[in-house]
Amino acid sequence: MIAAPKPDLVTVNIDGVDLSVPKGTNVIEAAKLLHKDVPHYCYHPKLSVAGNCRMCMIEMGTPAFDPATKAPVIDPATGKQKINWIPRPQIGCGTTVSPGLHVKTSSPMVKDAREGVMEFLLINHPLDCPICDQAGECKLQEQATGYGRGYSRFIEEKNVKPKRTQLGPRVTLDDERCILCSRCVRFSKEIARDDVLGFVDRGSYSTLTCHPGKKLENNYSLNTVDICPVGALTSTDFRFKMRVWFLKQTHTLDIESSVGVNAVVWSREGTIYRLTPRRNDEVNDTWMADSGRILYKQVAATDRLTAVRLNGADTSLDIALNAAAALLKDGSVSIVGSGRASVEEQFLLKQLATPIGAQGHLVARTATGDKLLISADRNPNIRGALVTGLISQLPSAELKQLSREIDEGKIKTVVSHGEDLLAAGLTAAQLAKVAVIYIGTHANATSAAAQIVLPALHTYEKAGTFVNQQFRIQKFYAAVPGPQGATNDLVVLAKLVASTGASAPASEVHALWPSIAATVPALSSMLYKNIPDTGLLLDATAWAGLPFVEGESLHFKPAAVAAAEGARS
Amino acid sequence: MATITVERKPLSLLERTYIPNIVAGLTTTFKRMVKPTETLQYPEQRPAIPTGYRGVPTLVNDPHGREKCVSCQLCEFVCPPKAIRITPGEIANDDPNAHVEKRPKAFEIDMLRCIYCGLCQEVCPEEAIFLQNQYSMTGYTRAEMVNNKDRLYELGGTLPDQHYKWDKKKTAAEAASRGGHH
Repeated sequence: MIAAPKPDLVTVNIDGVDLSVPKGTNVIEAAKLLHKDVPHYCYHPKLSVAGNCRMCMIEMGTPAFDPATKAPVIDPATGKQKINWIPRPQIGCGTTVSPGLHVKTSSPMVKDAREGVMEFLLINHPLDCPICDQAGECKLQEQATGYGRGYSRFIEEKNVKPKRTQLGPRVTLDDERCILCSRCVRFSKEIARDDVLGFVDRGSYSTLTCHPGKKLENNYSLNTVDICPVGALTSTDFRFKMRVWFLKQTHTLDIESSVGVNAVVWSREGTIYRLTPRRNDEVNDTWMADSGRILYKQVAATDRLTAVRLNGADTSLDIALNAAAALLKDGSVSIVGSGRASVEEQFLLKQLATPIGAQGHLVARTATGDKLLISADRNPNIRGALVTGLISQLPSAELKQLSREIDEGKIKTVVSHGEDLLAAGLTAAQLAKVAVIYIGTHANATSAAAQIVLPALHTYEKAGTFVNQQFRIQKFYAAVPGPQGATNDLVVLAKLVASTGASAPASEVHALWPSIAATVPALSSMLYKNIPDTGLLLDATAWAGLPFVEGESLHFKPAAVAAAEGARS
Repeated sequence: MATITVERKPLSLLERTYIPNIVAGLTTTFKRMVKPTETLQYPEQRPAIPTGYRGVPTLVNDPHGREKCVSCQLCEFVCPPKAIRITPGEIANDDPNAHVEKRPKAFEIDMLRCIYCGLCQEVCPEEAIFLQNQYSMTGYTRAEMVNNKDRLYELGGTLPDQHYKWDKKKTAAEAASRGGHH
């Protein structure tokens, strides 16, 4: 492999500190490296630079050269090269670094400029904070504490604009709050490639609107709510539900596809209120699909399994586990794992399969990918099953081998970890021939037909790891406690493993990882606590030949596409 | 530690008769018998409450009958003993107060937790919650000691409004829709 060329570094001086940054960096990002905040509204690191909010004003100067001789002009007072300061402030977002650039991010002129910008922005901004959903995470509120004057000199009437406009099925617009930063317009055009938003009218009449006859209804529309620096765009689902300062943020992963979008669960007292993306420049930048955000509703769904059942009657976990152990001891077992389960659970399923000689299966879920953050493979963790050895071949959508083996009478017991076997190609008649042990979260036809039902936890209720399409192992944490009656999958699986006569494995992720590292070659050098929040890339050469059903996504190219591009260049 | 022995002053003859002390005590007794009484016959009689008294927290309406609370939940946030619990809700579009957009669906103050500190009143940006004159909260069960929204408005009543912030907003919007200032 050819090593990536080292980025050209440029030395700049920010507030008296020399700093080397890659060429092309703008002043906001360069200052961020020094932990200096340059306030901004319209600038977003993943969007084009518009430079229209004028909040990121900085003072800048360049080294002086003699126009005739091109020799550096030395300042006799300091003995250093003289700096020609520009007499007016410049915008930080639109200023890319140049060699020797000098920047002041907190001079009196800069502060004056920002205070002026804040006063103008607040002139027509409504005093909606008590009813505004953005309160608590509003950039305008934040900067008003630093640069606001605390009272208004504006005695004229404030602008009146439409409030409560439905831009689309998931986004509500309050035009009075809009500061015309155009982040949402640029996002729709550049990232979602659905150019429906724009400004109409001029001056103080300027209003954000949808193109006539169109709606903001693409599957990425809620990202405009995330990037809106004020409360103009709000999520219709989250609107007026809870103030953000009450919500606990837990790092998690999107469970809708193999992209493994990094996300945050916002919960309070065991109730999840919303899901938002978390920045990971290697996976999802700062975006997330709308379809993944509503999946938190599965947690409080009415069809959650909460009762341990044995042959159709409620029972205790221990009795059910003993019955399951007896079934497993009889042999002729087949195990259907899940691509939605964590690496740890798949590992324990593999530990369960090995001593009883059962074969592991998985069910594939595929649909068309959108080339952004939803891939064709709708299982978040197929690769975890490959890595842990639960399966060696890619799964198909139907359990044909299992179906054949049941027909031949080779299988007497099927362990299903959250998979609906009837949806995966088995018939009710086939299920009636075998005993089913179902470990899952929601009721379905298989849980209804199962001899033993062991209620388990949803992804947001437990910790674990997923391996995404790049073979990047990423962590998620428990955000809320599970419902009463449900047991952590790891506890159930560890007890089942122990019942086969093997030594009892740990039933908690941190304690389990040393044995995972000792058993699974690809994870040998890792521990749960050592996996960074942005994930770790695994060596995927062992599985490079497998025909993964993957298209291109934001930061992933399937091997075939990458090879074709390599051949062209 | 050294002990200092203090010599007690011997009593005089008059003191030894106890008569001056008995007379002094009886004088006080007879004075009180003829003076007007200080005792209030609580609960029939109630004391006058000084201004600024911090009694039971209540929710108030404005003089137009609009509930002033918009469920911003700042009081819930600031409440030191976590006595306040609010469920925010949206105001329906056909409601006369639809322009306010938000109101509490449920508002509960647990008076067993409340410490009458008044921070909720201080923090309220809408001047909707006030600690008023009510000081006596009793109940037989824990549930009775939780004031729900209806009870809070019943206790609070109506207080004058200096600002009519939301009414002004509605007027401006109506003027704009008639083609006035945009």
